[in-house]
Amino acid sequence: MTRRLLAMILAGVLVAASAGMAAAADKIALVISTLNNPFFVALSNGAKAKAKELGYDLVVLDSENDPAKELSNVEDVLDQNVKAVLLNPVDSDTAKAAIRAATLNQVPVLTLDRSAKGVKVASHIASDNVAGGVLAGNLIVQQLKGSGNVVELEGQPGTDAARERSQGFRQAIAAASGIKLVASQPANFDRTQGLNVMENLLQAHPDIDAVFAANDEMALGAIKAIKAAQSKILVVGFDGTPDGVAAVKSGALFATVAQQPTLIGSLGVETADKVIKGQTVPASIPVPLSVVTRASLGAGTP
Amino acid sequence: MTFVRHFLSQYKSLLGLVILVTVVSIATPNFLEVANLLNVLRQTSINAIIAMGGTFVILTAGIDLSVGSVLALAGAFAASLIAAGQGLALTIPLALLTGLALGAVSGLVITFGAVQPFIATLVSLTVLRGALLVFSSGTPIDASSGPASDAFAALGDGYVLGLPIPVVVALVVFACCWVILTQTRFGRYVYAIGGNENVARLSGINVALIKTSVYAISGLLSALAGIILTARLQSAQPTAGQGYELDAIAAVVVGGTSLAGGIGGIAGTLVGALIIGVLNNALNLLDVSSYYQMIAKGSVILLAVLVDRQGRSN
Repeated sequence: MTRRLLAMILAGVLVAASAGMAAAADKIALVISTLNNPFFVALSNGAKAKAKELGYDLVVLDSENDPAKELSNVEDVLDQNVKAVLLNPVDSDTAKAAIRAATLNQVPVLTLDRSAKGVKVASHIASDNVAGGVLAGNLIVQQLKGSGNVVELEGQPGTDAARERSQGFRQAIAAASGIKLVASQPANFDRTQGLNVMENLLQAHPDIDAVFAANDEMALGAIKAIKAAQSKILVVGFDGTPDGVAAVKSGALFATVAQQPTLIGSLGVETADKVIKGQTVPASIPVPLSVVTRASLGAGTP
Repeated sequence: MTFVRHFLSQYKSLLGLVILVTVVSIATPNFLEVANLLNVLRQTSINAIIAMGGTFVILTAGIDLSVGSVLALAGAFAASLIAAGQGLALTIPLALLTGLALGAVSGLVITFGAVQPFIATLVSLTVLRGALLVFSSGTPIDASSGPASDAFAALGDGYVLGLPIPVVVALVVFACCWVILTQTRFGRYVYAIGGNENVARLSGINVALIKTSVYAISGLLSALAGIILTARLQSAQPTAGQGYELDAIAAVVVGGTSLAGGIGGIAGTLVGALIIGVLNNALNLLDVSSYYQMIAKGSVILLAVLVDRQGRSN
């Protein structure tokens, strides 16, 4: 009788223990290109919040804009038995090795914000940068009533974002015969460079009507240069960062094409959850962009 | 007399600058306009200030890779003080002191810890950048609010005697550095240590003190550059200053100072910084495509160094 009781108690303890172990959260990893940028900080926060909601343990690793670090980050998380990897590639061409390593370990990979060339992933979640560029271009054409001189501040040469936003923008202004692209210079997504490059361009081209900057940081730098030169030039940015939105509200920046990085991160985790549970997911999930203007913020005219 | 001799020994890089300016002026009429020249000077002043600090360090055969991170951290500190309502009288000295202290720490690690300058300052570069990210949570710190914010912004945008304030500051720094390096015993010791550190030590020079001081000077000047940059943008970026160490070292080397130490000077560094500044400006004015800009910049720097090397071996 005592032995049976003991056996039942032992079985009960074992069941409870295994139930306890099963309740320990599954791990997902987010390997992000950099946390040195408010856009990616927001993406990471969106992912963290969704992971918490769905009961996953999210590990976030920073690749510091270095593809080699990215590869070692992915290898590290594979050692930690993650159920899925959310990868935000530093560079679309060099992410192949990292993704192959994960696939060899049967860990699904989803790419966020930037794609990975030459390799298949479970799903790709990103803003459509080309569509965003088109939105910005159309806005400028509309505001300039179809004719004027425009200048483009490009992002970091070689990145998808820079390439695609520029592509979309040029597509949109090409359609307007009266719009002339007088200069297109890189400012590497950096505010200081945006300021310096805009200063130089104002010297070379005294009659600029509008500027498209491939991100808000460059746009804010350009605005400083324009203010110092006491010119009136329309500036459109990209990203919808807090500083950018604040500038739109104050009237300094005409508009910004807002991505929704928090939503990208959140959708990333949600889709990873579906993949882990064995459900089918679309190969590409475009996250909508929106144009943020004073009117859309409900702030009224300056 | 020493000034003239210094200038003659740097004349090769000065010649390079003159040739570059001539070529650019022919290629685009916009270059020689007063407004553009003032822009070039203003844009160059940040790198020039950092590079002058770097000159002291490189003259001792050392190197300071942490200048960008010190710049960013000091700038962020200044921005938060301004936003918190502090005046310039408190903000500027505190931010400068931060740079001085951080530089001194690198110096101490190098002298007493016997760590190679490359490694020690590489570590600072990483640790300080991380500290800045923690301090700022990865987002820019706004310096456009607060009672002293307009005065602070004037540091970046204002003019004194017709020259932009950053340019005036760079010229004052140049004057002070030139006097220290050529007219004081400290300056002579800096050259001596770069020439042969052991001999310098045996002659009774306090090598540890001098070496620590040059890194402190580098930190101080990086902080000054950080204050000006933050004032110009009215915002401290977490990414500020990234890669600035390379431009600073390039300015020093192009200007004729040897990475092996002991040879060179401040005047050369100023010329080197101008060459890089003119080049950046020209690439924009000429609308050179983004993919070619890096090739152009690297080629001009290589050319400038080769020309200088030719001059020296004669």
